[in-house]
Amino acid sequence: MSVRHALLALLTERPKFGLQLRQEFESGTGAVWPLNVGQVYTTLQRLERDGLVESEDADIAGPQKDFRITSAGRDELTEWLRTPPESVPPPRDELVIKLLVALRVPGVDVHDILQTHRRHLVGSMQRYTHLKAAAADDVALALVVDAQVFRLDGVIRWLDAADSRLKQFPLAGPRPPGAEVSPDGDRMVEGRR
Amino acid sequence: MTAALELRRVSKVYGSGATEVHALRGVDLAVYPGELVAIMGPSGCGKSTLLTIAGTLEEPTDGEVLVDGIEVSGMSRNDRARMRRRSIGYVFQDFNLLAGLTAVENAALPLELDGMPAGRAQGLGLRALEELGVAERAGHYPDDLSGGERQRVSIARAIVGDRHLLLADEPTGALDSVNGEAVMRLLRGACQRGVTGLVVTHDAQLASWADRVVFLRDGRMVDQAVPAGAPGAMLAPGAAP
Repeated sequence: MSVRHALLALLTERPKFGLQLRQEFESGTGAVWPLNVGQVYTTLQRLERDGLVESEDADIAGPQKDFRITSAGRDELTEWLRTPPESVPPPRDELVIKLLVALRVPGVDVHDILQTHRRHLVGSMQRYTHLKAAAADDVALALVVDAQVFRLDGVIRWLDAADSRLKQFPLAGPRPPGAEVSPDGDRMVEGRR
Repeated sequence: MTAALELRRVSKVYGSGATEVHALRGVDLAVYPGELVAIMGPSGCGKSTLLTIAGTLEEPTDGEVLVDGIEVSGMSRNDRARMRRRSIGYVFQDFNLLAGLTAVENAALPLELDGMPAGRAQGLGLRALEELGVAERAGHYPDDLSGGERQRVSIARAIVGDRHLLLADEPTGALDSVNGEAVMRLLRGACQRGVTGLVVTHDAQLASWADRVVFLRDGRMVDQAVPAGAPGAMLAPGAAP
């Protein structure tokens, strides 16, 4: 999340001061993305140092100091909007690791483990969806909530797929101690450590 | 409070001997007036069987179904059919509207089948279409309506008159995400006005509109979810799930 670029975007409308930027940032993200005022001023100072914003009078300090975007700031914002988000290597997904570990622990019901996580994720998704349901006209909120809901949905679908796969290949389920372990299975878990 | 719908130890077995299939195994479920409950589970888990038994379209092998506190198995066939027409509405993935009837005629159909004069039934049908925001399409035939509009008409038919128990099977399955969301918003709105809703689905996003999500696996209720966590805190920068 780039607070830096969000502030630049808000300054494209007109010069604004710090508290105003904080309020507009929060309302622009459906009031669900809290931002502390110290973070706003620190970011503005860095933007000013980098020549991306300027203040009317550099000598004035305090909450009423107006900031405006520079042409370098506009170029930076345009470039950022069009740059794909940084692609990250596959994360060490804690849920994947928990499942792989559960498969190796005798007496653990992996389907029960999957259901525990499914319940938690569906509960979170309900909370987000109800937030959206209560504010039908808030497009910014709907966009933020949709992003979260689709992420959660992806994880729930993975849980469902894992559930089906483990039913289809029950030998991959809990093993008694000392049972033979496939070399592939070992390598997978080793690779995640 | 009396549950609008209650299933007590409901089981359903199809076939016998080697071909015996246990679709439901001792399901206990109570849904209260104004509540929207989703039954979530994979294909073959028994959720459609549960819905047809809840809607009194099929009888359980064992256990009891109560609608508004009245045990269904104690009713005569005619009483049961009347109760279905007056109290229970169904919404299906593929809408199930009659092509030869207009939107308002489709919405009014359960009332007319129950013996209400056509004029009065269609007046109530129009009121239901108004609630669903499709009153201006009242005179159109299903083929002239979009998918989203057809599903709104089928919801209007499900809640027309005094019908207050709405049973839906994957109601957004044939719709895109925007229309699907609009339909769930309307279902939720109907429940907030007092209708009791039971939706079966495999889709978590659809289920998340419900007040309560019940998980069904291999014919058994295994768990349930209610809204959890504080979204404001979870949406703080750097704290995305």
